[in-house]
Amino acid sequence: MHVLYRKELSDHINSTRCQILYFMLALVCFIALYGAEQTLAQSASQTSDGTTTVSKFMFLLLFTTSGSNIYSISTFLGFLGPVFGIMLGFDAINEEIAQGTLNRLAAQPIWRDTIIISKFLAGATFIFLTVFSIGGLVTGIGMIGTGLVPSGEEVARILFYLLMASIYICTWMALAELFSVTCRHAATSALSSIAIWLFLTMFMSLLASGIAGMVYPTGQSVQGQMNTLANYNLQVGLNRISPYYLFSEVTTILMNPNVRSTNLVSILQSSDSAIASYLTLGQSLLQIIPHIVVMFAEMIAFFAAAYISFMRKEIRA
Amino acid sequence: MADETKDPIIQTVNLCKDYGEVHAVDHLNLQVHPGEVFGLLGPNGAGKTTTTLMLLGLTEPTSGHAFINGLNCTRHSLEVKNLVGYLPDNVGFYPAMTGRDNLIFSGMMNGLSEADAGKRAARELERVGMTYAADRNAGTYSRGMRQRLGIADVLMKDPKVIIMDEPTAGIDPEGVRAMTVLIRNLALEEHITLLISSHDLYQVQRISDRVGIFVHGKMIACGKVQDLGRQLQNEGLYMFDFTAEKNGEKEWSPEFQQKIREIPDVTIVGRKVDGSIHVEAKRDILLELQKLMVEQGIAVREMHQTGGDLDEIYRKYFEKAEEEEEGGKSNGRSGQNAGGEEADRPVGLKAKLAAVRSRRKK
Repeated sequence: MHVLYRKELSDHINSTRCQILYFMLALVCFIALYGAEQTLAQSASQTSDGTTTVSKFMFLLLFTTSGSNIYSISTFLGFLGPVFGIMLGFDAINEEIAQGTLNRLAAQPIWRDTIIISKFLAGATFIFLTVFSIGGLVTGIGMIGTGLVPSGEEVARILFYLLMASIYICTWMALAELFSVTCRHAATSALSSIAIWLFLTMFMSLLASGIAGMVYPTGQSVQGQMNTLANYNLQVGLNRISPYYLFSEVTTILMNPNVRSTNLVSILQSSDSAIASYLTLGQSLLQIIPHIVVMFAEMIAFFAAAYISFMRKEIRA
Repeated sequence: MADETKDPIIQTVNLCKDYGEVHAVDHLNLQVHPGEVFGLLGPNGAGKTTTTLMLLGLTEPTSGHAFINGLNCTRHSLEVKNLVGYLPDNVGFYPAMTGRDNLIFSGMMNGLSEADAGKRAARELERVGMTYAADRNAGTYSRGMRQRLGIADVLMKDPKVIIMDEPTAGIDPEGVRAMTVLIRNLALEEHITLLISSHDLYQVQRISDRVGIFVHGKMIACGKVQDLGRQLQNEGLYMFDFTAEKNGEKEWSPEFQQKIREIPDVTIVGRKVDGSIHVEAKRDILLELQKLMVEQGIAVREMHQTGGDLDEIYRKYFEKAEEEEEGGKSNGRSGQNAGGEEADRPVGLKAKLAAVRSRRKK
C-alpha cells in the first residue's frame, strides 16, 4: 500500500497540473492578502479617531477582509478549493483505464481497494500540504506586512480553519473520484464534477428558497406570518446540503468570534443588542460541530460511493 | 516439458460468466498442466478475456470455480496473483515514468525492496532486449516495445504461470517472431506455464503445446494441433486447395464446377478471394480431381491437400458452432467467414460435424 501511496503522491507533486494549481492558489491568496492589508490599514486609520472599536482579533481579519476590488482569502478558498479538489480527483481511475495500467495494477498481489484508498490518501495528503503551506505563508507574510502578532487563540482558530478547508477540498476530491470511477472518459467526469460544483455553489440557494417558498408560503396573511420561521429553517437546511454553504458558515464562525450562531438567532442578535463580547474558541467550535460532522460525513459518503462502485467495477482492457 | 502426470496447475470446473442474457463463458472445463503452453483460440468476443480475468480473480464467475495451483481464484485472489503474471491486451505503462521505473514499481508492489527490484529490472530488461530504451519515458514507446516491456513486467514477480491476452496483436512480423521466441524460451528455460489467448492462428500453432478452440463461451475443441487435424480427417473430411488455369486464365466456369460436384462424395466446392478453388470431400478424391482436369484441358497450379492446418481446423470448428447456433436455418449462405470463400454448403455438413463433436465428448 505504501508503495502505491508514495507513487501517487509523487505523481501529484511532480505533475504540471498540480504545480500550476498550487501556484495559482498561492498567488490568489497573496493578492487577496494584499487587498486585505490595504482595507485594514484604511479602517485602522479611521478607527484611530476613536469612533469605532478595533477588533480584538485583528489578525483573523486578514483572512476574511476583502480588498477594494478583490475577494478575501476565505472566499477564494471556498470558491477555488473545489476546483483544486476536482482537478486532483477527476481522472484518478479512468486515466488508469485509458493508459491500460489499471488491469496491470489490479493483477499485482494487492487488494483492489488498496488502489482507490491509496489514491484518495495521496490526494488528501497533497491537499493538506497545499492548504497548510499556503496558510502558513499567508500568516507569515501577514505578520511581516502588518506587524500584527497573532495571539494563541488566533493561531488555534487559523489552524482549525485550515483543517476545515482541507476537509472541504477533500470532499470535492472524493466527489470527483466518484465520477472518475463511474465515467469512462476523464472529460465527462471533470464536467460532471464541475456541474455539481456550480450547482451547489451558485444555484443551491435559489433552489432552496424556491422549495421553501413552495412548502411554507410566506406573505401578509396570518398563515404566511406563521410560516416565516419554518420557511427560513427549511431554506437554511436545504442550503446546508451544499458543502460550499457549510464551509462558508464554518468560516464565519471560526474567523469571526463575534458571530454567535448560524441560526435565526444570528439575525435577531444584531437587532436585539446582545452584549458585545467574543465567543471563546470552544464555544465557536460548539456552534459548528454539526457543520464539521456533516461535511466530514459528505466526504465519507462520496468516498464510500466511489469505493463501492470501484469494487464492483469490472476491470478489463 | 509438459508434465501431464502431475495435477493440472490451471483448472476450471463448470466455469460460467453471464452478462445479462449473454453467456460470455459457458460451463468451461479447462485443464492446463505445469510447464505447458496452452493456446486459447477464438474469435473476438468468444469469452477468452473473460476467462483470463476470472482466472486472475479480477472478475467473479457467475457459477463454477477456477483454480490455479490448487487455490481458488476468487477466494484467494491475492495468493493467486502472487503466482500468476498477467500480460493484458494492449498493456499500458505510466507514461511519465521510465520503463525501468515502471518495472521497479511493479517489483516493489510484489514486495521486493527497491534495490532488489532495480537489479531484477535490469536483468529482465536485458532478457527482453529493452535495455537500450530502459531510461526513456514509457510514454514514448511503440506498441511492440510496450509489449516487450510488458513481458519484463510480468517476469518481475517471478511467476509460475503467465497469462497473456493477445500478446502479438498489432506488432510487426519481425516483432512477432522475436516475441514468439521469447515466449517459447520462457516455457523451455524457466518452466513457466503459459496460457495464451489469441485469434492469431499461426502464432498459436507455433508456440502452443495444446490449443482450445473457443466459440460463444464454449470450448468446442481441445487438444494438440495435429490431433485436431487428424480428427477432422478421420471423420472423413478431406480438403483440397488449388488454382486451375485454362488458356492462361483462371478457370471457374459453371460447367467446371458442375463437373467437380459430380465426383462422388464431394461436399463443398468454393472459390477463395485469391481465385483459388477449395474442394471438400468425404474421402480422398485427389486422383479423380486430377483426372477431371486433365480431361478438361485445365492446368493445375499449387495444389495442396489441407487438413493439418490450424486455419482449417479453426474454421471448421467455428462454422460448426455457428451452424449449431443458428439451427441450420441458413445452409446456403455465402461465406463471410474466415476462409473468405463463396462456397455452396450442402446439408449434411452440420450433421457430420456434430458427429465430430459427439465423438470428442467420449
